[in-house]
Amino acid sequence: MVDKDQALLKYVLRLGDNALVHGQRLIELVAHGPELEEELANANFSLDYLGQARMFYTYAGKLEGAGRTEDDFAMLRPEHEYENLLLVEQPNGHFGETVVRSVLFESFYLLQLEALVQCNDAGLAEIAARAIKEIRYHLRFSSQWLIRLGDGTDESQQRVQASLSESWTFTGEFFAADDVDKVVQDEFQGPNLEELQQAWRNNVATIVAEATLQLPEDQWMEISGREGRHSEYFGFLIAEMQSMQRAMPGLNW
Amino acid sequence: MLKQKENTVDKDMEQRIWAWLAAVPDPEIPVLSVVDLGIVRGFNLGTNSLEVEVAPTYSGCPATEFIETSIVSSLQGHGLQNVSVKRVLSPPWTTDWITEAGREKLRVYGIAPPEGSASKTALLGDKKSVSCPRCGTTKTSLVSEFGSTACKASWKCDECLEPFEYFKCI
Repeated sequence: MVDKDQALLKYVLRLGDNALVHGQRLIELVAHGPELEEELANANFSLDYLGQARMFYTYAGKLEGAGRTEDDFAMLRPEHEYENLLLVEQPNGHFGETVVRSVLFESFYLLQLEALVQCNDAGLAEIAARAIKEIRYHLRFSSQWLIRLGDGTDESQQRVQASLSESWTFTGEFFAADDVDKVVQDEFQGPNLEELQQAWRNNVATIVAEATLQLPEDQWMEISGREGRHSEYFGFLIAEMQSMQRAMPGLNW
Repeated sequence: MLKQKENTVDKDMEQRIWAWLAAVPDPEIPVLSVVDLGIVRGFNLGTNSLEVEVAPTYSGCPATEFIETSIVSSLQGHGLQNVSVKRVLSPPWTTDWITEAGREKLRVYGIAPPEGSASKTALLGDKKSVSCPRCGTTKTSLVSEFGSTACKASWKCDECLEPFEYFKCI
């Protein structure tokens, strides 16, 4: 079993990693949005995620007490020290694929934040309360797009259905509780992942039904992200993200 | 007697600091001050220092650091020493924190102020009516949920046909 403080630190870092990597994927879409509105929305969302990642990393630095800053966590850790969910590192693909990924992740993240607002670690609860307002809004946007594409043309429906089935294999990881999750649940009144899974299924099923899509069958689930084992896409993502700090260490604006 | 006098001085000083803060503009909507926007939560005035408590609007607001720097340099410009900013997260900022005066300034500036309270239902998109900041009609329609900044949506007036921005209730 991990010790209480270690578990909280790891948990906060994972939240930061999810926000940073999901935000980085959305940033990649800047100047590639299908319409001006979606372009602006994506850019604004990625800023929110970047801001949330900064809060989590700054808090992690405080918890760790070793003098590491938000930049150290974001820009100087190697691939295997990132413990984000595999789903958020998947490539953007076509716009519908990004929409599917956002709906699946944000509907989980929202429930996670709702539970964390109630946890007994004041620092974490405070960040969750700030972030929740933004994620509610993001999810409203992404689910509206899923409904529009699913209940759109034959072509758009078929393409988002295919994305949904492909992304599904990464959703089991949301709820695969490890020691860190268990300690955070027991010691800090953190999320109960079993309860979350039920609520998540119901919420996603509602959106998917409105989008006239089929909920995929549960199958083999990929769950190695939180052990630091990533899909091949991730190395390219952080190589690009960290390139400035690697080339010019300590570079500042 | 002396003590009472000191208190009076403190009160004067506090009022002056509020007035100075009320002159620090928001960089994205300069018609609003940081006080109108409701992000200054208060300050702690020490014998030789001042700590201003500021709540960020959005996690990713790129103006956060700029605002903090403006507050510090403005107060230093008024002769205060050891000015610092403390970032406070709770209670989180919502558009409910924008003052009445701030809302009026927004309207005059041509941005429709947030309507209603930032409840969960508002976030989940209840049908709300937004008044045109130019002609006042409620016959308006949403063009896009997102505008020039994260905090604004694009609307248009169906009467006077002017496009306008709406400060989202969030």
